[in-house]
Amino acid sequence: MEHIRLPKVESVRLLDRVSPRRSRVGTLYLTATHTIFVENEAGVRNETWVLHSLVCSVEKQGASASGCPLVIHCKNFQVLHFVLPRERECHDVQLSLQRLSQPESYEELYCFSYKPNVDEEERRQEWDFLGLKADYSRMGLPNSLWKLSPVNRHYKVSDTYPADLFVPESATPPVIVGSSKFRSRGRFPTLSYYSKENHAAICRSSQPLSGFSARCLEDEQMLEAILRSNPRSDFMYVVDTRPKLNAIANRAAGKGYENEDNYSNIKFQFLGIENIHVMRNSQQKMLEVCELRSPSMSDFLEGLESSGWLKHIKAVLDAGIFIAKAVAEEGVSVLVHCSDGWDRTAQVCSVACVLLDPYYRTLRGLMVLIEKDWISFGHKFSHRCNHLVGDPKEVSPIIDQFLECVWQLMEQFPCAFEFNERFLITIHSHIYSCQYGNFIGNNQRERIELGLRERTHSLWSYLWTNQADYINPLYRPDHSQTQGLLRPSTAPYCFKFWRGLYNRFDRGMHPRQSVEDYLSAIQEETQQLEEQLASHKQKIAQLEQEQGWRSVTQKAVGFDKSPTAWARGNDLSLANTPQDYTGGFLTSSPCQPKTPDSSLILLPKDLNQTSESNLSNGSDQESGIADLSCRSPLSEDSTRDADSDEAAYSAA
Amino acid sequence: MEFAELIKTPRVDGVVLHRPFMPTVEGTLCLTGHHLILSSRQDNTEELWLLHSNIDSIEKRFVGSLGTIIVKCKDLRVIQLDIPGMEECLNIASSIEALSTLDSVSLMYPFFYRPMFEVIEDGWNSFLPEDAFKDLESMTDEWRLSDVNKDFSVCPSYPPLVAVPKDIDDDTLRKAATFRHSGRFPVLSYYHKKNGMVMMRSGQPLTGTNGRRCKEDEKLINATLRPGKRGYIIDTRTINVAQQAKARGGGFESEANYPQWRRIHKALERYEHLLNLFDISFDVVISSMDRWLSKLEASSWQTHVKEILTTACLAAQCIDREGASVLVHGTEGTDSTLQVTSLAQIILDPACRTIRGFQGLVEREWLQAGHPFQQRCAQSAYSNSKPRQESPVFLLFLDCVWQILRQFPCSFEFSESFLVLLFEHAYASQFGTFLGNSTAERLSLPEKTVSLWSWVNRPQELERLTNPLYEANSLVIWPSVAPQSLLLWEGVFLRWNRSSRCLDEAYEEMVHIIEYNKELQNKVNSLRRQLAQLETEDPLLQTP
Repeated sequence: MEHIRLPKVESVRLLDRVSPRRSRVGTLYLTATHTIFVENEAGVRNETWVLHSLVCSVEKQGASASGCPLVIHCKNFQVLHFVLPRERECHDVQLSLQRLSQPESYEELYCFSYKPNVDEEERRQEWDFLGLKADYSRMGLPNSLWKLSPVNRHYKVSDTYPADLFVPESATPPVIVGSSKFRSRGRFPTLSYYSKENHAAICRSSQPLSGFSARCLEDEQMLEAILRSNPRSDFMYVVDTRPKLNAIANRAAGKGYENEDNYSNIKFQFLGIENIHVMRNSQQKMLEVCELRSPSMSDFLEGLESSGWLKHIKAVLDAGIFIAKAVAEEGVSVLVHCSDGWDRTAQVCSVACVLLDPYYRTLRGLMVLIEKDWISFGHKFSHRCNHLVGDPKEVSPIIDQFLECVWQLMEQFPCAFEFNERFLITIHSHIYSCQYGNFIGNNQRERIELGLRERTHSLWSYLWTNQADYINPLYRPDHSQTQGLLRPSTAPYCFKFWRGLYNRFDRGMHPRQSVEDYLSAIQEETQQLEEQLASHKQKIAQLEQEQGWRSVTQKAVGFDKSPTAWARGNDLSLANTPQDYTGGFLTSSPCQPKTPDSSLILLPKDLNQTSESNLSNGSDQESGIADLSCRSPLSEDSTRDADSDEAAYSAA
Repeated sequence: MEFAELIKTPRVDGVVLHRPFMPTVEGTLCLTGHHLILSSRQDNTEELWLLHSNIDSIEKRFVGSLGTIIVKCKDLRVIQLDIPGMEECLNIASSIEALSTLDSVSLMYPFFYRPMFEVIEDGWNSFLPEDAFKDLESMTDEWRLSDVNKDFSVCPSYPPLVAVPKDIDDDTLRKAATFRHSGRFPVLSYYHKKNGMVMMRSGQPLTGTNGRRCKEDEKLINATLRPGKRGYIIDTRTINVAQQAKARGGGFESEANYPQWRRIHKALERYEHLLNLFDISFDVVISSMDRWLSKLEASSWQTHVKEILTTACLAAQCIDREGASVLVHGTEGTDSTLQVTSLAQIILDPACRTIRGFQGLVEREWLQAGHPFQQRCAQSAYSNSKPRQESPVFLLFLDCVWQILRQFPCSFEFSESFLVLLFEHAYASQFGTFLGNSTAERLSLPEKTVSLWSWVNRPQELERLTNPLYEANSLVIWPSVAPQSLLLWEGVFLRWNRSSRCLDEAYEEMVHIIEYNKELQNKVNSLRRQLAQLETEDPLLQTP
């Protein structure tokens, strides 16, 4: 609380990004965990809650007669434009927020103060919900080819690797340790995925410390052991996911890539994915395009193109496809690395897993996959997601790109995934929110030291409990799209801009009716019908059997098939409100009575006002389109969330 | 028969057909007067029947004596035919070229086509102006149906009957017509029942450089305003273009002469410019992301979609939210004007979102309103010849409808396939509906050709075109026009360049979910009835 210089500011305006005239006035509160904007309109309790840990930047703009603007960018791509009455207040709020949104120590993070209403026993169970051992045994491990190695049990060999690692049966501890000394950060080649159908495996590591000519016998033996663990194959791929130039540059620093001559039977390949700095800048450019106020089609397409974002997404997916095909179609094992083996490597291995194994396309499977290739293998979430104040050069949207690759695949294979877009967006949000302990820290060792399992809650169990919200109605486990390897097209036109994530809070941009929610509601109804059918059948059988012996007391429950049974929300104002199509020509906001001073309105004032207000009343009370756009993922309080979403639209 | 002269080689064996994402077919190629047919003469293999009028252009290539003809179609499909024998190949190519560019309308396929289906309702009589007027009469008595144009002398591109303000007599109309481009005087396009506001359309006023005025024209459009109210004129041209039009005798309504109207200029480009943009011929081999996006951007197709939708939304907003009447025109009033008036109706009027309502809209606002289909759709994207009157105005309209459909997937009775069907038939069809450029030119068609609506309005076809998600939505639907919200219409532009298997499967899955639900509802209802019956038959139940 000591960082809050000013807990409350009154007469603050929250501007609507699309049509700034549609602003709202209210009070801004700063609490220990949230910034809260409460609209002062009589009768409505409209609140916008923003978690401090989601705040990415707080920018104070030049003051004018109307006040001092404060723009808050959030990591979930929400942008809030406030106007505070006085510059002094604005300054104080800015300083407070900057401090609150950039904690200096892990202890300050929200997950340590987030206390939902569950007892300790339940909390502990949350963490037992997902285990990687179960996933490895699902793959059929350990077996005669792969064993669980205790070598990193105390994080001695590689402090960024997990304790439990699978290595080839023939890899002895000296070989492993020797190999680890020849790899950046000691990240030696280890198993990420094993295909029990054909024994091909995906292994991952960091780059070798080969420089211009260095060799390491143990590392060569390690790769040999991986190759031998796939008895039906006489070679393996070694994939460097970096562009060749980057890899060559690393040689000068004593790092680099494998020399095909030194390793027996490897085929070496570069995959050309750019580094974290390129990705960070690219996303930044794309977000600038998303934020443009009423951009033309050309502004948007040119901006999207010059950001290069979709090109990078394509590169990641292409790399994943290369590996998935090697494993599934050629039955060849692949060793994947980049520089440290925790960014591009994590992306590419997990994309390949999604393509290869239908399990990872289920709700639980995707959580397991993130737990495996990202969390356990030491993707540096706290650095990449800027959880603490730190080096801005360490920040990069690597995990965003993985989630987007999954989304792009969902667009191509609508029946193949058990989960929906909302699931990905919710995970994205919580990777940044620090509300749950899952993504805190940079590796397993740090997480254990922080005692996250003992002190925080797990997102996975929350998502599982609320799975009804995240189910794709088109998914069927026995559908042909669900089976086996996905073979996506990577023609450029298959890559789409992910409006649902990057313009998530611009609710006016999204389809006003959701097919998915409609179908989910139908399925829910179908389930009820099935139950009724069964109970009716039973009753009829009973009645017929009894032949009038006993009375049936239970009446059939009437089933109400209302045409809007699927309509979950009740916010009609959005769908029913025209946007600003006029480029400022028509001055009146269509849902508000016209302001008398608007000189551009040509009609006599009195006439106009009566007819206009009648009209707007009439239309605003019309109903029929429920608002089904994505809900707020922050879980603590559903009513509050609804509010914050509502507010976010107008703010956007 | 004249066609025989054009067909030197009617039949070639051993022809191989290549199509993207489909297995190659080897078989016999036959040319008839109207079709290119490739049949493998085996069961289970699809035959290719291609209307010559669907062919936009062809290319020939030779490797030794093996000739290859690349056929590019107006529906954007590209197929390849490998034809053994140079002479055969040359003959086939020249026949296709001749048959696909026949000048005479009366040689078109619709005049030869005999329906193999039972006509339940003759589509030529389904959407008569007098019937549409009956609906209007039930809402208001402020309008009348004028037959001033019964011999097409006042306006050649208008139908014989048009709705005009009740107090305006035919003489006034005749005079107003002389003041509007091609005689297209302001007529009623849409009546907004909710508030009695109207949308009219016309050609540009012929003010010329010296500011000619026409009292009758002013009287005509002012008659549509309520006392003390003003209206909006939406000119689909920029102010500069409209200014320049004065030099050629055209112009726009000046504030001085039309004080009760506020003019808004929008930049919907004229159709000549549009043609180049249509050629987004999506290259299957484009592999670089950058080239794809810049190509899409350079086509500026999406820009046009956005501009047209924005203008239509503006018109709808003036009517529904500002409570004002609107007059829409560009230059001729046969292209961008119709895009705007028809889309505004989709937004405002739920009836236009039904299958039948949409047919009615296409009839009223496109066919009867005099959109010159034959000129505009003579060629499409692949044509080598220099464009004259061709332009994908109607396709742009359909694309805009598709965009709204994407945003309101449950508010339309028809599915995307209906829009694709209209696109195909506008360019090449066995039906007479889209032949000719105006009602006047179509006078003889009802006797000689079959209407597309006769085909569509049969139960099996309607079922195919119905959107399973449809639930009538009585609201005005306001689409988003942000670039992020507007997508490339893959169902048309990428239709032949991608495998749609997974998307088709998803569609089937969706239909299955909905149908299974309906089936269960029926079962539950019938069981409930049975149960109720059993309960009443139960004597013990009747005495509690």
